Amino acid sequence: MATFQEGLYYSETHEYVKVEGNVAYIGISDYAQHALGTVVYVDMPEVDDEVEAGEEFGAVESVKAASDLISPVSGTVVEINEALEDEPGLVNKDAFANWIIKVELSDPSQLDNLMDAKAYEEFCANE
Amino acid sequence: MNNKLYGNLIFELSHPGTCGYSLPNNRFPHHEVPAEMRRANDAELPECDEMTVVRHYTNHSANNFGVNNGFYPLGSCTMKYNPVINEEVAMMPQFQNLHPLQPDYTCQGALEVYYNLQKALCELTGLAEFTINPCAGAHGELTGLMAIRSYHQARGDHKRVKVIVPDSAHGTNPASAAVCGLEIVEVKSTANGLVDVEDLKPLLGDDIAAMMMTNPNTLGLFEKEIPEIAELVHACGGLMYYDGANLNPMLGASRPGDMGFDVMHINLHKTFSTPHGGGGPGSGPVGVRADMVQFLPKPTVKKLDDGSFTLVNDLQDGTYDVTRNHIGAFLGNFAVILRAYTYILTLGRENIKMVGPLATLNANYIKESLKDVYELPIPGVCKHEFVFDGLKDKSTDVTTMDVAKRLLDYGYHAPTIYFPLLFHQSLMIEPTENESKQTIDGFIEVMRKIADEAKNTPELVKTAPHNAPITRVDDVLAAMHPITTYRMIVNDDKQ
Repeated sequence: MATFQEGLYYSETHEYVKVEGNVAYIGISDYAQHALGTVVYVDMPEVDDEVEAGEEFGAVESVKAASDLISPVSGTVVEINEALEDEPGLVNKDAFANWIIKVELSDPSQLDNLMDAKAYEEFCANE
Repeated sequence: MNNKLYGNLIFELSHPGTCGYSLPNNRFPHHEVPAEMRRANDAELPECDEMTVVRHYTNHSANNFGVNNGFYPLGSCTMKYNPVINEEVAMMPQFQNLHPLQPDYTCQGALEVYYNLQKALCELTGLAEFTINPCAGAHGELTGLMAIRSYHQARGDHKRVKVIVPDSAHGTNPASAAVCGLEIVEVKSTANGLVDVEDLKPLLGDDIAAMMMTNPNTLGLFEKEIPEIAELVHACGGLMYYDGANLNPMLGASRPGDMGFDVMHINLHKTFSTPHGGGGPGSGPVGVRADMVQFLPKPTVKKLDDGSFTLVNDLQDGTYDVTRNHIGAFLGNFAVILRAYTYILTLGRENIKMVGPLATLNANYIKESLKDVYELPIPGVCKHEFVFDGLKDKSTDVTTMDVAKRLLDYGYHAPTIYFPLLFHQSLMIEPTENESKQTIDGFIEVMRKIADEAKNTPELVKTAPHNAPITRVDDVLAAMHPITTYRMIVNDDKQ
């Protein structure tokens, strides 16, 4: 069963945001990795790229499907998780530990548009 | 080495020095290939005797599975039977030996076939004119979208850069729009699996070039709001594009042109029984309404007043120029066109009307017979295909992938799986109109048996297939480390 980690923000397109100060770690939720199956490729932006809330910033490819990554927040990419280049399956091992990009937030108020763990769990139950 | 196994490549059967042919001495020394154009070293080709080559490929072909081997319910693909008479006509030397550059007056019959198929497609779809040049469904989509873009640009309307695509659409729709340089806007489906008209309304505006729709959609459901959707899209100045992938259940029942569509493509290799799968050759004719005919690619075939046929190019002198409005070489895959035309004539005006209703009946019969053991997310009457969301009883964690693999053990081709993306365990079944009740009952029985096995002996299903030439493959390894050369890893597990 999928886990829904507390303290994170979730989007309807199944990305999570973990906030530390003005920096956000963005990845796909455990529910999403379950639904996708084994991830075989993660397409990531480059450091210093701008991401915008609601816009695509990359893609995850699994044995079942390819799916766009939609950024829940706007900001500048400060780091990408390079470990996923060699071992994309890490996302399946622990989706919350293996974030995809680290972003410096340009508008923290956008977090208010996202769901908390409880609301997201309910959202997934109705998917 | 066992020549029957998939494992051997023709290169592995090679014995240096073996030669399977002999050529006579060149009797025309003055026609020798100039020395500077000859290769310095021999090509690295397998060296085999003729019988080894024949046996190798014959054994491979015996491991293949097609409609002629068994039931092939691949959803959204319309894997219908390819009647042998189609092949007979396509193999006629009178057609086979034509050259695309020979003068019109020497190939009147071929031009007539092309012209008559254009007209038949117009009649079956309610559109004004067709081009049969595109070589595949997605090629047709691109051609249709290019015609739409040209139409808007010819009116001086350069703002229209967006194409609306439903979330249930075939992946080729957004891909074709992107290749055509257009932006993609997604419109959501309702809980009933149809386009959400309320979600569509705010997307409409003067930047919309077209809306692409598949009807019935990829859930096999008829889009009931089509007249309203067409009216809304037209009101904002956009055009309606019909993806003909699912035209089969409409044959003889309704026509896209009458539903308000302006442009469409047809997959001859689906709806009109030409060979399919393995990458083609396909054919994706594109039809348009009357005021858009000028935006179709050339060449096209015209009937003259004296009853003869001629190729029409953009250039006045009729010479061939691939740089002008051509979407591919010459007239597309002509042998496919011959097969489709044969199919239409074989059925005739009356019988072709039975295609859609019978395809629909077969699909609904399977759906109703299995919905107590497989999850049917959207109840009700479907058209030619439908989607289950995996097994009803998911307690043993047997997935749609496992069910599909297990079907191979029973000699059935697997249905389409994990598409459409609207559900997590999609299993999409399309039987086509060809199958007898006995065949369909056999499939239903096996599907029920697999549902039982999933409950009682789940490991058996999770490790399937057991009887196929190749058992369960590691699809993660295959996706991450594909071997794209003929050199393969030596694997002794099979022995």
